[in-house]
Amino acid sequence: MKVKVLSRNPDDYVRETTRDIQRVPRNYDPTLHPFEVPREYTRALNATKLERVFAKPFVASLDGHRDGVNCMAKHSKSLSTVLSGACDGEVKLWNLAKRECIRTIQAHEGFVRGICSRFCGTSFFTVGDDKTIKQWKMELPGYGEKEEPINTILGKAVFTGIDHHQSESTFVTCGQTVDIWDEQRSSPIRSFSWGVDSFSCVRYNPVETELLASCASDRSIVLYDMRESTPLKKVVMQLRSNTLCWNPMEAYVFTCSNEDYNLYTYDMRNLTAPVTIHMDHVSAVLDIDYSPTGREFVSASFDKTIRIFPKDSGHSREVYHTKRMQHVICVKWSADNKYILSGSDEMNIRLWKASASEKLGVLSPRERAAANYNEKLKEKFQHHPQIRRIARHRHLPRDIYKQRRELREMREARRRKEQNVRKHSKPGSVPVVTEKEKHIVTVVE
Amino acid sequence: MAKTKTASKKGTKLKKASQSVKAVPPVAAAAADDDDDLSLEDENVISASEDEEGSEDERRHTKLLEAISALGGKKKKKLAERSEASLQVSEFSVNADGAGEKINLSELLGTMTKTPGTLNKTQKQLKNLQQRKKTLELPLSKQETERIQRGLAYEKTAKEVSQWESVINQNQRAEQLVFPLQQESSAPKRVEQVVVGWKAQTPLEQEIFKLLHNNKQPIHDPVLTPVEEASLKAMSLEEAKIRRAELQKARALQSYYEAKAKRERKIKSKKYHKVQKKAKRKEFQKQFDEMVKTDPTGALEELKKMELARMEERMSLKHQNSGKWAKTKAIMAKYDDSARKAMQEQLEVNKELTQKLVLPSDDEDDEGNKEDPTTLPDFVNDPEPLIDPVNPWMRGKLTNEVSELDTPSAQTESQTTEGAVEVREEDDEENEEETEEEKLLREFENRRKLRQAEEEDLTPAPVEESKTQSQDTEEAGGVSEDEEVSEFNTLFTRLMNSSKGPAASAGEQGEAEGLLEEGLVRVQTLEDLEDLAEDVGAVEPSEPASKPSTETPGPSEEPSEPPSKKNKKEIDPNTVLTKDATSIKVPLTPTVVENEEDHDEQTNIIKEAFAGDDVISDFLKDKREQEEAGKPKVVDLTLPGWGEWGGGGLKPSRHKRRKFQIQVATPPPRKDQKLPAVIISEKRDGSVASHQVSQLPFPFENPAQFETTIRTPVGYTWNTQTTFKKMTAPKVITRMGAIIEPMAKEDLMKDKTAKGPTKEPAIKLSETENKKRKGSGKREKAGE
Repeated sequence: MKVKVLSRNPDDYVRETTRDIQRVPRNYDPTLHPFEVPREYTRALNATKLERVFAKPFVASLDGHRDGVNCMAKHSKSLSTVLSGACDGEVKLWNLAKRECIRTIQAHEGFVRGICSRFCGTSFFTVGDDKTIKQWKMELPGYGEKEEPINTILGKAVFTGIDHHQSESTFVTCGQTVDIWDEQRSSPIRSFSWGVDSFSCVRYNPVETELLASCASDRSIVLYDMRESTPLKKVVMQLRSNTLCWNPMEAYVFTCSNEDYNLYTYDMRNLTAPVTIHMDHVSAVLDIDYSPTGREFVSASFDKTIRIFPKDSGHSREVYHTKRMQHVICVKWSADNKYILSGSDEMNIRLWKASASEKLGVLSPRERAAANYNEKLKEKFQHHPQIRRIARHRHLPRDIYKQRRELREMREARRRKEQNVRKHSKPGSVPVVTEKEKHIVTVVE
Repeated sequence: MAKTKTASKKGTKLKKASQSVKAVPPVAAAAADDDDDLSLEDENVISASEDEEGSEDERRHTKLLEAISALGGKKKKKLAERSEASLQVSEFSVNADGAGEKINLSELLGTMTKTPGTLNKTQKQLKNLQQRKKTLELPLSKQETERIQRGLAYEKTAKEVSQWESVINQNQRAEQLVFPLQQESSAPKRVEQVVVGWKAQTPLEQEIFKLLHNNKQPIHDPVLTPVEEASLKAMSLEEAKIRRAELQKARALQSYYEAKAKRERKIKSKKYHKVQKKAKRKEFQKQFDEMVKTDPTGALEELKKMELARMEERMSLKHQNSGKWAKTKAIMAKYDDSARKAMQEQLEVNKELTQKLVLPSDDEDDEGNKEDPTTLPDFVNDPEPLIDPVNPWMRGKLTNEVSELDTPSAQTESQTTEGAVEVREEDDEENEEETEEEKLLREFENRRKLRQAEEEDLTPAPVEESKTQSQDTEEAGGVSEDEEVSEFNTLFTRLMNSSKGPAASAGEQGEAEGLLEEGLVRVQTLEDLEDLAEDVGAVEPSEPASKPSTETPGPSEEPSEPPSKKNKKEIDPNTVLTKDATSIKVPLTPTVVENEEDHDEQTNIIKEAFAGDDVISDFLKDKREQEEAGKPKVVDLTLPGWGEWGGGGLKPSRHKRRKFQIQVATPPPRKDQKLPAVIISEKRDGSVASHQVSQLPFPFENPAQFETTIRTPVGYTWNTQTTFKKMTAPKVITRMGAIIEPMAKEDLMKDKTAKGPTKEPAIKLSETENKKRKGSGKREKAGE
């Protein structure tokens, strides 16, 4: 008699080592897995809920300054080092990993107006109210050495901002004029002025490294080319811009933070109208910094909040605030795209996560796969009302919330009035001005 | 009048001015162009300048005289004292007199007018210049110039910045971006890149290095191997140029011939084509004849080709009168005599082609086949064994046959013991691949042959044979067929050989010789000799038995077609070619539908069509149906036979029925209860609505699009692992702890180069070549 025996190849089901993943045979027949849309919808809903549950962006607070933090700078080569300058002329270097101050320098008398690190990361520059530019070594002074700047330049007027070139030994300061300096010289190699009495901010373009942009106190933004003898162009807006930042991935795009609670993204080739207006703040926007991927930027406002905007979107995707954080004066996005640093009036520097619910640290492959899947689900079902409602829900302090509502009402009222005026006047006499055109006064060539 | 005068004066002035303008350029041109033969005017100009210098010369002369007179008094010249504040102080302590003085143009002109040599022309020009009173325009204001400068600079930078647009757009559209952008490639690097200053130290390493050196493998400079470099060097620019020219010429010739062929094809004259064809055929015949004499193998191949072509033609039914041409001719045939003739011809050709098969089989059949045509078994259709006589694998199972026939010694060997066979195999390179099975097979075959010979010639069987026969009788069933097989095979191979004899002898000779030689080599040792003697002794009686069968000479025939095949399987054209010779069908042209029907007519038609329909009653019926459907139904769960007696004709008791009938609560009244002309669907569920999307979201263009995106599942439950990974890949990936630098100029360059090279690689190659040659030239120079 012949006995038939079921025989299987053990290679199909036996693991070689215990660390191998169990092979699970799957049948992808769609009839065996019904209700795919409802099931995925539920998963998306859960993912969204969990995202909100785990959204705890605040990481750490670095305290130690004895006055409001006026300016900050990233170390160009080290992720864990941050420099900050306070309103009492003190400059501090921080180690973010240990969350402690490494070094304190009494750099200036009066405010430290600007601070920037050299592209190689070996030294940094500060400008202060005492009309000096000082260059400091990044590393700690040796035993017995005094904390002294490598180089000090005494200027004629107060400098209000400084920025260093991306790859050359030149830097730019602004004050009454925009000056370009060589590190080896004590006088500027070029100064630009265009009938303006003072500038508040100047920034190098990180991509086209010879380009510059500055915000002036006459409500204008001026563009320069280091190689030319004259400025390039100027756009005058309705209110003053405080700071601006170039997009590190898009050579011709910059965003400025304005006193009128908005941020404006410009294409430098067409200054007649901004590409996007980013609204959400309820008070003057004081600082802005792009994420290193160039996809988003963070803005700091006088309304005690930080907001994160996608670069194309008119409204923020995230708002960060704490009870104790006062007017946020400066903000930076870390070079690894993971963290945000904010320096505020109440002498603290705060470290935030760039995406609020992201798990920090190393993810296992399965964790990563799950996170990716959840992200994808959220994106897929983002238009469904329940999911959208949960995803968009944020807590705001009462006064900011009220102010927002107030502002919305005001805007609505203004719009209504304009409509009425147009309705009751001769056709064509009240032209339609778009929101983008509204905020720009002129473009001066 | 005065006005007109002034006007005329102005006119003359203008004329003069224009003249002067015209007069100037030839002078300048002459000065610029001709260095050797200066024109007269030029000479004059030079002389004038000399005259100007004359006065200065005088001054210098007097100065010189003074200096000489002063020499007598003092030896050293005193430094010129600066009594006055003056700007010009020469470093040679010589104050040029009148250096600070201004020279008027008029002074210079004065000298010019005095000199007689100056041409009238230039004087005229001067006069014109003097007379012209036109003032230059004021320079632009500072603001204006600055604005213009700014405008230009802005345009320039805007243009420069716009270079990034493509990169930026690309990144925007990218499915996935990995930051930092300029990553070191994770692909394995070449060893040469990793270890730059590394040297072989251990003996093993050195040995390996030596080996590499011997093979001319690159060790330090990985760009090109020496062989590649040599090949690059081998073709110089001149050579490349020559080659290119050749190629060009060839191309030109080709196009010329193509054009010619086209032209000839367009010639409609049938006679011309006929003549052409005939000429071609003749020429080919001639060539073929010549070939048969000089190059028999080539001729054979040619013959094969022809045969193949004929077969193809036969298969293609070209002459079946089913082509386009034939169809047209068929129509014409009724009326046209020539057309009928042509068709007839075609049919004849067809007949010839299809019948041709039978004819050669009759006359070309060989004796062997004639003897017993009925004994041919089925396996004649087995793969043609002719393909490669050298390769044993190509001949299927019957590997031994050829060698056996070629060399009788080999045959004898095969019959000896296995040890002898092995020895032989060691020597024979070609038969090395033979397996054990094959050996066995061969043995069997030999035995069979021997037996066959025995039957035929009644020769005594060898000693070994008795054993095998007993074995054979055991196998009884399979033997008879096997016998047939062997018989056929022997016949077949013989035929092949004989047919090949004259033609392919050149190819086989070498091989046969090789085999023979091997045999000689094998016998070098004494032991071998002894073995061989034994073998010969054992086999000798069998040889004559096999000889008569092998040596029957067959008449030469076409090798491509196995004769037996022909005999067995005659292709009957009527069974194979099922297609009818003439079948011409013209499809009916579709009738044109008239679109211009009257609208009223159409409505009338519709009315007529729906005349009997009562829409209102239908609607009411619909509504009633819907209401009925919406009404709750009583669910009956009674099971007959449970708890009671069961069987045919029995009904569950009323009590039980009541117990197991479930009444459903009445639903709320319908919304369209009081609306007689409306049906409101009750299917819509309000609780679900809050989860549904009410508006079409932005990027989607229509609801269907959106629905499909929602409907396609992303999860691992519905997708394979790889698809799942692909579908859930994040848009932006950043590496932990990596600093993301801003976009650099290299990215732009990289993007450009990535686009570039596919377009013009030839030029690039030439450039690199040039560079290389330059480099080599430099090296040579350095060497010198």
